[in-house]
Amino acid sequence: MAEFISQYGALLWEATLQTLYMTFFATLLAYVLGLAFGVLLTVTKPGGIAPAPRFHAVFGWVINMLRSMPFIILVFFLIPFTRAIVGTSIGETAALVPLVVAASPFVARMAEQSLEEIDQGVIEAAACMGATKWQIITRVLITESVPSLVRGFSIVLITILGYTAITGATGAGGLGNIAYRFGYQRYQTGVMYATIVILMLLVCIIQGIFNFISRRADKRNR
Amino acid sequence: MIEIQHLTKIFPVDGGEVRALDDVSLTVENGEIFGIIGMSGAGKSTLLRCLSLLERPSKGRVLIDGTDLAAMRGGELREARRRMGVVFQGYNLLMQKTVAENIAFPLKLEKGYDRAAVNARVEELLELVGLADKAKAYPAQLSGGQKQRVAIARALATNPQLLLCDEPTSALDPLTTTAMLSLLEDINRKLGVTVIIITHELSVVRRVCRCVAVIGDGRVCEQGLVDDVFEHPKSDAARLLLKGEG
Ligand SMILES: Nc1ncnc2c1ncn2[C@@H]1O[C@H](COP(=O)(O)OP(=O)(O)OP(=O)(O)O)[C@@H](O)[C@H]1O
Ligand SMILES: [Mg+2]
Repeated sequence: MAEFISQYGALLWEATLQTLYMTFFATLLAYVLGLAFGVLLTVTKPGGIAPAPRFHAVFGWVINMLRSMPFIILVFFLIPFTRAIVGTSIGETAALVPLVVAASPFVARMAEQSLEEIDQGVIEAAACMGATKWQIITRVLITESVPSLVRGFSIVLITILGYTAITGATGAGGLGNIAYRFGYQRYQTGVMYATIVILMLLVCIIQGIFNFISRRADKRNR
Repeated sequence: MIEIQHLTKIFPVDGGEVRALDDVSLTVENGEIFGIIGMSGAGKSTLLRCLSLLERPSKGRVLIDGTDLAAMRGGELREARRRMGVVFQGYNLLMQKTVAENIAFPLKLEKGYDRAAVNARVEELLELVGLADKAKAYPAQLSGGQKQRVAIARALATNPQLLLCDEPTSALDPLTTTAMLSLLEDINRKLGVTVIIITHELSVVRRVCRCVAVIGDGRVCEQGLVDDVFEHPKSDAARLLLKGEG
């Protein structure tokens, strides 16, 4: 065990940091974009606060198309785009591009669901008090769904954590990359098992933290 | 003065339409407490929604001090809405905000509001509705009657001239109902606010309203002074309500 750690410890540690870097920043960016998309979907739907049925239908269709694209294909498909933005398609920062593109439509649907949980009556009450549409979005829709959005954040983190295993096999570092190189290409299963254990630990920690935060954030259950 | 003229509201539904309001005409004088009473499904909430322009009338007009709400758009409409307060049947409070934040909500919608003035106003309102000790509580921690008080305080925050209350007592016990009605009377007397109370309880109308309109099946069956209407009811709807009272 001690021997294993002295031999692979530094490598695994570095890979863990790379994985966390990709996961965290991809989630953050995807959440910003996805939340904006989710708000757009919610307010433009028929009966929403700024109904635009045709736009809603087209935009919803685009989101669905993006969601139906298998992630590994998306990675390859986006290579020219990634190069244009980051300058290279190799490395952790380049991996953020397909991660964000894949995750934001997913976040959009989740945010849409969170926002839809809000009682129509509360939105009407705000309108009756003279709130503008923008005020309704920022002060009612988003603030009232914070606990649900926080719960969603952990789901996205964990999903993206899973995706980073694939970017690890297609040019970025991280635990996926280690597992691929050692476990698949060299049959060193010990290293692969270690990456699995680390990934499982990460999932547990993320879930625990966010369950705690969202419970604390939700003022409906005290 | 609030004038409702030939108000009709039709909802399209699968395979037809629902005529929720049918040629309703009413006049409410400024400064009075006016009752609108009717059985469940009579169209009371729909009438309130038309008054606050949450629904656009299919036909007819609502004039408030001579101006037609339905002709207003954007900023003008938002201004007009700030001059009326609405207390909804289900309170519709923000669940993730404290009582004080809920009451401050309409005040903070204004650009460049003065924080100190808002806080002072919130305190004043909490005092008025008797919830000074609950400022930091969340709606989920309040009883129905307390939530109702928060909703009233919030509706009054912008100093409206008109307060619309949808079933303000239907979820309350008799004692709390009495307290709620005296609060509404207080508000009417002290602040000179016109109050429209929507209810299905005859006792509520008898206790606080001067004038009443009886609504049945989307129509005004009769209207006038409370004593006249229920002393000599002319419509089936009014007789039914009297009978229900036992
Ligand atoms: N959005 C809508 N679409 C279709 N029908 C509606 C709609 N809103 C109300 N109605 C119908 O209009 C009628 C009046 O409803 P309303 O909610 O105004 O009744 P109410 O007098 O407030 O009843 P309650 O005392 O139960 O609150 C009902 O028959 C209802 O089904
Ligand atoms: Mg109703």
